[in-house]
Amino acid sequence: MLNRVRADFPILSEKVYGKKLVYLDNAATTQKPKSVIEALNHYYSATNSNIHRGVHFLSQKATEQYEATRDQIQKFMGAQSRKEIIFTKGTTDSINLVAQSYGRNILKTGDEILISEMEHHSNIVPWQILAEQTGAKLRVLPITDQGELDLTKIHDYLTTKTKILSIVHISNSLGTINPIKELTQMAHKVGAVVLVDGAQAIQHVPVNVKDLDCDFYVFSGHKLYGPTGIGVLYGKEKILNSMPPYQGGGDMIKYVTWEKTTYNDLPYKFEAGTPPIAQVIGLGAAIKYITDLGFDFIQKQEHLLLEKATEALKKIPQLRLIGTAEKKSSVVAFILEGIHPHDIGTILDQEGVAVRAGHHCTQPLMDRFKVPATVRASFSFYNTVEEIESLVSGIKKTLEIFK
Amino acid sequence: MSNDLRALYQEVIVDHSKRPRNFKKITDANMHGEGFNPLCGDRLNLYLKVDGDKIVDASFEGQGCAISTASASMMTESLKGKTLKEAEIVFQEFHKLVTEGVSPDEEHSHLGKLAVFAGVSEFPARVKCASLPWHTLRAAIDEEANPAKTE
Repeated sequence: MLNRVRADFPILSEKVYGKKLVYLDNAATTQKPKSVIEALNHYYSATNSNIHRGVHFLSQKATEQYEATRDQIQKFMGAQSRKEIIFTKGTTDSINLVAQSYGRNILKTGDEILISEMEHHSNIVPWQILAEQTGAKLRVLPITDQGELDLTKIHDYLTTKTKILSIVHISNSLGTINPIKELTQMAHKVGAVVLVDGAQAIQHVPVNVKDLDCDFYVFSGHKLYGPTGIGVLYGKEKILNSMPPYQGGGDMIKYVTWEKTTYNDLPYKFEAGTPPIAQVIGLGAAIKYITDLGFDFIQKQEHLLLEKATEALKKIPQLRLIGTAEKKSSVVAFILEGIHPHDIGTILDQEGVAVRAGHHCTQPLMDRFKVPATVRASFSFYNTVEEIESLVSGIKKTLEIFK
Repeated sequence: MSNDLRALYQEVIVDHSKRPRNFKKITDANMHGEGFNPLCGDRLNLYLKVDGDKIVDASFEGQGCAISTASASMMTESLKGKTLKEAEIVFQEFHKLVTEGVSPDEEHSHLGKLAVFAGVSEFPARVKCASLPWHTLRAAIDEEANPAKTE
């Protein structure tokens, strides 16, 4: 099964420096299956055309495929209506849209926005900007040394002053899986609206927005085996309807005159300009691939990799794992005593092992753990136990060089 | 281990990274530069004591990878006793060495021990690590030369 799955990803048989590529940087971006590459190729070879406005054959065909992907995503996320699925450039774009279109209109001085210590810069900076614009206060829920949200303190942070809770589903730096359903319930009790950053979750765990009951859920296509440049914003219809447009332009209008412009209905109200049509269709192919493969297989394989990697790394005495939450996705981040992560990254790279070394766009989190950076290996279902051995042997080589 | 890797992490570089020389603050320094690489978070404070146009003492503090730490350590060693003009010549030669892998012929080289950084040019992602201390040096000297600069 695993060999067959690996054969679906052409890049996995590439060589780097004459060595087998061991791609362990899946939290940064995932590789693309043939079906996604084919979908892009086919779109540009056979149906390329602008959507929603042509009467000709190709335009209708492109529109059909584009809108069919929306239906597919609605089903994939368990959303109530297709109107709740907005195409964006990615997670960052989705969060900025909510901050500016929702947050800017409701926040007043004295209101609070709550995030956590484990957020990615994309779930920090848009709220800092919003706080500056509105006079609202940005508060940060602390985490424990294991890298879990410190829920014993939640009631000090989540209060009737909190208007927005924006929280990561799975941490990109620690792998921690947060209890979104419980957090949403708590937030709704105090009247706050909840945004979930699902950039690192949508590819690892089944997500059902109806069950989570969050108000917004956002993710990027390229971390879900799809193309770059495409992301999704799910929002509850009632809230999206109450929000003004984020950007103005073509496609988001019904009627334009010099005196007054009438905006289009959902979801088009938030999709100004020609969208990334090929990328949407590619994302559709990626979701089909994942759905066909099934989360049972994905979770089983990724859990195995997490267990094996954690076990192997724990045997290295100079190594310290950063992020040891009880519920984790397939991410292992670590530091080696006295060796800078960038040196480890370079040495691993020479062995063909691609990892991320750096602050992972979570600088406040690095400060929290008092490290300048970490090395992060992040696994996908297509990774193998042998690849973990390559990682470990690269780490041992690093220790040898810095002996 | 690959030859490129061996060339990058030469013993002398590893040694300087683990036991950086001149790793302190000179209290009577009269030139100071701050270096920061936002991509990787490396930070560096460089202190120089300059008498006339001669560098009589040099030191640094900060945190960074092995390449940037060793580069700062060996740079401060190399600077002591040089004039500011000589330091600039070494800067130019070092820059060419780490970006293009080109070193001046031995007779005309001012690099001395710094020649061990030749392996860096094979690692484009690491060139900035090696050159950060040298750019900080330039900033320290320029700041002193143009004290009115406020922007």
